[in-house]
Amino acid sequence: MIEFFNDYIVAALVLGSIYSLGAIGISMIYAILRFAHFAHGDLLTLGAYMSLGLVQKGFIVFMPLPFLVGTLGLAGEEALAPLRMGWHPALTIPVAMVFTALIAIGIDSLFYRPFRKSQAIIMVIASFGIALMLRSAFQLIWGIDDHYYWPIQPPLESLEPFSISAKHLYIGGAVIVLISATHYLLAYTRTGKAMRAMSDDPDLARITGIPTERIVVWTWIVGAALGAAAGVLLGMDTRVRFDMGWNLLLPMFAAAILGGLGRPYGAIAGGMVIGGLEELSTIVIPGDYKSAVAFAVMVLVLIFRPQGIFKGRML
Amino acid sequence: MEFLGGLILFLVGFATLAGIASVSTLGLNICWGVTGLFNIGIAGFYAIGAYTSAILTAEPSVPSNPHLGGFELPIPVGWAAAMVLSAAVAWVVGKVCLRLRADYLAIATIGIAEIIRITFRNWSAIAGGSYGIHRIPKPFESWPQPWAEIFFLLLVVAVVAVIYWVIERGINSPWGRVMRAIRENELAAAAAGKDVERMRLQAFVYGSALMGLAGALSAHYLKQFLPEDTEPLTATFLIWVMLIAGGSGNNKGAILGAFVVWGLWTMSEFMTDLLSAEWATRAAYLRVFMIGLLLQVVLQFFSRGIIPEKPPVIGRGEKAEKVEAG
Repeated sequence: MIEFFNDYIVAALVLGSIYSLGAIGISMIYAILRFAHFAHGDLLTLGAYMSLGLVQKGFIVFMPLPFLVGTLGLAGEEALAPLRMGWHPALTIPVAMVFTALIAIGIDSLFYRPFRKSQAIIMVIASFGIALMLRSAFQLIWGIDDHYYWPIQPPLESLEPFSISAKHLYIGGAVIVLISATHYLLAYTRTGKAMRAMSDDPDLARITGIPTERIVVWTWIVGAALGAAAGVLLGMDTRVRFDMGWNLLLPMFAAAILGGLGRPYGAIAGGMVIGGLEELSTIVIPGDYKSAVAFAVMVLVLIFRPQGIFKGRML
Repeated sequence: MEFLGGLILFLVGFATLAGIASVSTLGLNICWGVTGLFNIGIAGFYAIGAYTSAILTAEPSVPSNPHLGGFELPIPVGWAAAMVLSAAVAWVVGKVCLRLRADYLAIATIGIAEIIRITFRNWSAIAGGSYGIHRIPKPFESWPQPWAEIFFLLLVVAVVAVIYWVIERGINSPWGRVMRAIRENELAAAAAGKDVERMRLQAFVYGSALMGLAGALSAHYLKQFLPEDTEPLTATFLIWVMLIAGGSGNNKGAILGAFVVWGLWTMSEFMTDLLSAEWATRAAYLRVFMIGLLLQVVLQFFSRGIIPEKPPVIGRGEKAEKVEAG
């Protein structure tokens, strides 16, 4: 029993929560902006690389000014030392969330907004292109090698016989904080309520005076920030690589559709189900075909219950 | 003289690859351009076509790299089988997914394409795994150069010409008008008594069969087929850029787009080859980035493409009037 927990349940929980965080964004963007955002996986990767800079080089990566000051000799090297200190990966999550959200808003206003009023389907093509552009930008800047936040972590001895390492505790803690914050935002703030109203019925939301463009910006903030966090968590669990997010796109779509599009809580449930099924499937089929499981679930949902478990939108 | 010979060989090779790409763009034009089906699983059908034809026609595999094959069937049989098998897979996919909205179809097709690619890459007993399939026969290969290359190009040109003629006939017939009606307004088409689901399935199957044929053509042209050849970047994304830039809905545009975009893609390779080794690898990613950017620019500012779709003509002779394209 304990072996089963160690071999499958831990991995399923980690993978499931990463899918959940990514799927919330996909689900909300689909419902509010009415298009399948194909670049969402690459927002995860973007978040992971943002953190990587902080982990490896410290705050200096965001600081051209002190760097200039240092090189010009206005301040001593030792004054910059604290800025060069590498961060703990868990601490980088908020920074990665902020910067990824800003970039997502920028991408939206440059490449998606022009099509908002006309054809939603063109936004799908555009986002497919954005996904490719982001991935080639990652390869250009960071190369194609794997990067790691930290060395391989052995299981904690104090938690014997469970095989849980420190990274799992950090990931678990971060997921609980992020999901709670999302729940607070959606359930108790005006913005969150407006977002849910818009994902239920955009036209009705507009005539009741909800500022739709502002809600769209908030949707990007929430979706991209959660995606970035998911990317950092995935990097903490495995590695950082230019295609890590793209490879997660299909299971995240599957999770969002399974949970019902426009249903953030459904996306969380869907993510956990897909993550669990994928990990458990390795008992019976080779791990190479893991991503086929998510896809099979998605096809079955689309055939038998296209609105998802929680009655999401059928656009 | 030597330079001229090299130039001719280069141009012939370029035109052959662009011609093969235009088989895919014509297929995509049936799906997306005419009927509005969002198929981004081109790489999957391309892979099915390529592997099918390769397995049926290739010489027996070497023991170090065993894969299914050694049937050494004639090349036309391989091409026909490539189309039939791609069409069969497309039929199954279409049966399940075509009633879905365009976004879902996009997710479904890209998912299927990925699974097909994963399967071919990992299933070494059938497709040689990451080593791929080698020793695929090439038409005219026993002829002296440059005639072998030139005749292969002529063969591709003939294939494209036949496909062009057939599709052009098709979309100017009542069949094509129904397809466009479905794209513009599905409900109205259904209300006019058209079997929307069946028509969409037809478009999807025909388009996918052409993508399979394109895969088969390239496998025989390259004489080997590796899993890398089914990268979604070249097999799916470039084809989309070609069709949209050339003029979605117009067959001439689809072919022209294939040549123009393939030209840009090849020229950018020349430029990166001039750079030093370290920058050349990096610049390769820049090329991809620029193609992505090109798509964004085309979508926002030239969405109708180089040769826009011709509005259908209503009535005959004197009374013919042109319908404004929406």
